[in-house]
Amino acid sequence: MLVLEDVHTHYGKIEALHGVSVEVKKGEIVSLIGANGAGKTTLLMTVCGNPRASSGRIFLEGREITNESTAQIMRSGIAIVPEGRRVFSGLTVEENLHMGGFFNTKAEIRKSQEHVYELFPRLKEREHQRAGTMSGGEQQMLAIGRALMSRPEMIILDEPSLGLAPLIIKQIFEIIGQLREEGITVFLVEQNAHQALNLADRGYVLETGKIRLHDTGKNLLNNPDVQNAYLGG
Amino acid sequence: MAANNFRHALFCAFITLIISYPIIGFNLEAQGINVTLTGADATTIVMVLLAAVIVFLFQMFREQIMGGLKSIPHPLPQSNKEPMAENRRAKIESWVLTGIVVLALFWPFFVSRGSVDLATLVLIYVMLALGLNVVVGLAGLLDLGYVAFYAVGAYTFALLSQYTGISFWLALPIGALLAALFGLVLGFPVLRLRGDYLAIVTLGFGEIIRILLNNWTTLTGGPNGIGGIPDPTLFGMEFGRRVKEEGNTSFHETFGIAYSGEHKVIFLYLIALVLAVFTALVIRRFMRMPVGRAWEALREDEIAARSLGLSRTAVKLSAFTIGAFFAGFAGTVFASKQGFISPESFVFLESAIILAIVVLGGMGSQIGVVLAAIAVTILPELAREFSEYRMLIFGAAMVLMMVWRPQGLMPMRRIHIELKRQE
Repeated sequence: MLVLEDVHTHYGKIEALHGVSVEVKKGEIVSLIGANGAGKTTLLMTVCGNPRASSGRIFLEGREITNESTAQIMRSGIAIVPEGRRVFSGLTVEENLHMGGFFNTKAEIRKSQEHVYELFPRLKEREHQRAGTMSGGEQQMLAIGRALMSRPEMIILDEPSLGLAPLIIKQIFEIIGQLREEGITVFLVEQNAHQALNLADRGYVLETGKIRLHDTGKNLLNNPDVQNAYLGG
Repeated sequence: MAANNFRHALFCAFITLIISYPIIGFNLEAQGINVTLTGADATTIVMVLLAAVIVFLFQMFREQIMGGLKSIPHPLPQSNKEPMAENRRAKIESWVLTGIVVLALFWPFFVSRGSVDLATLVLIYVMLALGLNVVVGLAGLLDLGYVAFYAVGAYTFALLSQYTGISFWLALPIGALLAALFGLVLGFPVLRLRGDYLAIVTLGFGEIIRILLNNWTTLTGGPNGIGGIPDPTLFGMEFGRRVKEEGNTSFHETFGIAYSGEHKVIFLYLIALVLAVFTALVIRRFMRMPVGRAWEALREDEIAARSLGLSRTAVKLSAFTIGAFFAGFAGTVFASKQGFISPESFVFLESAIILAIVVLGGMGSQIGVVLAAIAVTILPELAREFSEYRMLIFGAAMVLMMVWRPQGLMPMRRIHIELKRQE
């Protein structure tokens, strides 16, 4: 579904990704874990075309998207939940969701809105509340819901557990599992390695701009190196 | 706390003294070839001291005064009221607005020529403010050089009429389109800029246009401006006493009524009214279209908007272009109204006033912006009796307004419903 081939990314003269190859297959949950500054967010942003990869190639469902504009990429069946949620705080929950279905017809929007409310009954309760006044967990639900509004085949989540209470994190991860049941491919970037690997079919470990390890989620969880570095021994 | 306040108040009073005494207190008098400096008379000194005392008292009891100001009930306590059903309110609103427009259509026939002239100016500012509202209020792009597009519209008409003898009606779309083109051209270099940086670039752009007009003497006449800009005609009927252009007829002869200078003024007012209503309706339409929502999304959070597949380029350029288009409209009407334009009409202060209208009215809110345009244009006229102090009064009014109602006269309405209590 999504393939990165030897991708290098630069910020000015500094190379942030030194040849990264990642593959996410249809219907999988793939987790990317790594420490602060390893380049996780850079990798996601490169997929979105901002910044562009300086070399290497990126494919989405067999189509090369390396040089496509961000707007084009984001309209081709892929949706991203950005780091830090970034909901439109002045808009209501419903308006936020409608923004997510910007390029869809009204009927489609109505359908996906109902679907999102089924996944997150909490959002239905808060339908007319301004997004900025909600708690972090609710905002994260909204951010995921908004991404789902465009009916994507693949969803990319950037640190969905950031700054949330453990109970809420558990809920969010349950929802992510549910997305897989619905056939949505999930690419998950997390610092919360334990939960992310537990849920994932496969996992990648990113270290200073390079893929260090690549295995199934279970194997990575049991890998002593990973345990030492990311799971607190 | 009190001692601190006292010291601060004393300091402010002292500053008032040392600033105002030299400015107001000393007079330069020319006696022959000598200039002598005379001190102020007793009353002036008393006034200066009085001012210092007022400043002192205000600073001393600042918190109480400001607190009192805030507790004055707002004239539009929308937020406390149960909101009316959305569609019912929209219906009432549209009826009221239609009524106002109809009244405005007949109003000029009953008032003096001066008021109609002023009202035309108000309507020009309404158009400008509605246009800038798209850029600043909706798309959140701070544009300090908006007057440049106004100038483009005005000069397009002036130059075309001078060199090709074009009529107002033909110049209107050309001026607006050319202004829109300039908006597009400015849009490209500023695509990546936000906030302060954008403000500075647009400020520079506004000045470039003005200085270009000022210095390109061979084309624009430079500071001498361009005169003899024709008045609009009504289906080939002119409003002057004598017909200037061949093939045209004159209005008063066609209808067999006595000539009156008021006809032209009223006609211009009606044109401005129709165009202002047109501007408001078109922009209202845009606000409800996807592009309007895209502007708001970009204003709220650029990264989120882009993550949803919105193209930053398209959204920003559309805001700039549409905003500039209506400034071009306003410019053409302005040129026709004045009959003479020079770069002096398009200084930075104009941009600042238009921006002030948008901020005072409440960013993004159309009705608020229209009200503010009326207030900002008429207030200095009403305060004309105070002649030299009118800008002072104007400034004070603005400061009070921002303290009392920082969100603007009529803040943009978002659907706002109180949460139901959970049992």
